[in-house]
Amino acid sequence: MVARVSATISVQNLRKSYGSMVAVRDVSFDVEQGEFFGILGPNGAGKTTTLEMLEGLRQPDAGQLTVLGLRPWPRNPALLPRIGVQLQSSSFFERLTAREQIRTFASLYGISTRRADEMLAIVGLDEQAETKAEQLSGGQAQRLSIACALVHDPELVFMDEPTGALDPQARRNLWDLLRQINADGRTVVLTTHHMDEAETLCDRVAIMDRGEILKLGPPAALVRGLDTPVRISVESGLLSDAEARTLTPAGEVADDGVSLTIATRDPASVLAGLADRHALAGLRVQGATLEDVFLSLTGREYRA
Amino acid sequence: MNLNAFRSLSRAMFLGFVRDRAALVFSILIPVLFLLLFGSIYKGSSAPRLSVIEVGQVSLLDQAKAAAPSELGKILTVTHSANLAAALADVRKGTDDAVVQQQGRTLEVHYSIADQTTAGIVQAVFSSLVQQADVAVAGTNAGFQLTTQQVEDKSLKPIQYLAPGLLGWAIASGGAFGASITLVSWRQNKLLRRLRLAPISVGSVVLARVGVSLAVAIVQLAVFLAIATRPYFGLKLSASWWMAIPVVICGTLAFMAIGLLVGSFAKTQQAATAVANIIILPMAFLGGAFIPLDFAPPWIRDVSYAMPLRYLVTGMQNVMARGEGPASALPAIGILLGLAAVLTAISVRVFRWDAV
Repeated sequence: MVARVSATISVQNLRKSYGSMVAVRDVSFDVEQGEFFGILGPNGAGKTTTLEMLEGLRQPDAGQLTVLGLRPWPRNPALLPRIGVQLQSSSFFERLTAREQIRTFASLYGISTRRADEMLAIVGLDEQAETKAEQLSGGQAQRLSIACALVHDPELVFMDEPTGALDPQARRNLWDLLRQINADGRTVVLTTHHMDEAETLCDRVAIMDRGEILKLGPPAALVRGLDTPVRISVESGLLSDAEARTLTPAGEVADDGVSLTIATRDPASVLAGLADRHALAGLRVQGATLEDVFLSLTGREYRA
Repeated sequence: MNLNAFRSLSRAMFLGFVRDRAALVFSILIPVLFLLLFGSIYKGSSAPRLSVIEVGQVSLLDQAKAAAPSELGKILTVTHSANLAAALADVRKGTDDAVVQQQGRTLEVHYSIADQTTAGIVQAVFSSLVQQADVAVAGTNAGFQLTTQQVEDKSLKPIQYLAPGLLGWAIASGGAFGASITLVSWRQNKLLRRLRLAPISVGSVVLARVGVSLAVAIVQLAVFLAIATRPYFGLKLSASWWMAIPVVICGTLAFMAIGLLVGSFAKTQQAATAVANIIILPMAFLGGAFIPLDFAPPWIRDVSYAMPLRYLVTGMQNVMARGEGPASALPAIGILLGLAAVLTAISVRVFRWDAV
């Protein structure tokens, strides 16, 4: 198979071992320009190693790999200004303020301080400009780290677990920023072990486990591809068990005293039936999630 | 090499240093406090004076004192005691240097060999006294008399070796700790990796770090000279003191290379600190920084040749305090540069960008 020239990233049969431990077994995928691509999997799945090979930080043992049409290994100075890499939120110079950090990184790429200050404003840190990096909150440090990765306006951005250690509120705030980065036309590749993050952000997701890509596609398509029942629940007491069962003879019905839950492969008729009986109070409909996809692929519960 | 990148990296590292209170305390404040402390303690003391206990009547000593009170007074302090056992105990403890007794024509000198230098001086002084007395008894007044003169130049006060010694230690610690801790912490927080992903040369990063360390070392030198040359401490710089600057630069490079090697192996900052301490601290004692080699026991003097710090300290002493010419620092400079080159070459081979 010939790599498509248009692909921003082209990976074929990539392998990497550390001693006897195989980190990446045989990975192939393409990332198109402007795409938001996610690599999803539990810790130790090989996501980070894959990303590090794309960034040019590690040498693949075998396989073909081009990024923006160039080979990232060995260290390729022609590629470096075109990619942005966000590392841990602590990868800063000690005891420098947010503004000093980003200006220092900017100068490494020959970027003006004006542009650096603008970038600080874009990630919403103008008020923390004089705060030392060590004193920023987790979310602020992550924003600074992203700003430092973007200050030279790269075409392609890599992020390794960008929301890793953040609280839910900070994660949601950061998601908006990540969407914005992608909406500006940049290709974004991120690794995550949060299913919800991959579902909400990514155009396409590669689900990785034990060094292999198990499934690759748009999150919605992966979920739809699963033949799993939809879970419909309403308040308890609106409907008897027996009555509920008549709505979906093939489904399952359970009532825990709080909610009546019906698992069905025919959600349309169940919902219609519930509506006819005016039994829609507290309605929730849950389709399959990427967690179900992972479960069906590996036979294991997904634990991040 | 990108000059802009080099400048901003240097600036970032310099700010990181001056904002680090612990680094400032260890590299400037503590060495200066040591200098103030030792400088005050040893101020005005010069050659070791012997403190001698005279038990009973020692006519030989009394006559000599009467004959040349000022000459002998320079090297001997005599106290009298009737209790031999107590006097011997004092010598054993090191409170006094010798006990003298005279029985008839026999002069008995008790001394301790705990301090070999003092023991030697005790022997020399008393054998010279006995010789003079013999000459006097023989009636041939040959004009021999005891005169003592310190072998060092009269101006070589303790500050002259204290200042280069403590400064050498300060520069060695600054270089070794600076390089090792920077390398390990940057590897740990992945800044090293982040810099590797920027389109800059490794040389810019290394040179920036070296430049900051050199600047710190020059500041250490300036602060030390400013303090030690105050009249209170009385350091007199000899003519070619400026040669201390290249010695300081080469010493910084050598000790940064030691730190680089430590940092290449150490996995955590704690480990790097511990290893650097294990290397630097014994060297401070064995390399002439804390214990002047002139007064050190012979085995320390022998060992000191294996200590890189020795060359930094003696190189500075030669040109700053001993009044030797500029060329006297060249062997030290050569050895320090050679060490820096060898250790850096090894470090480059074992260097790791990442912890894994």
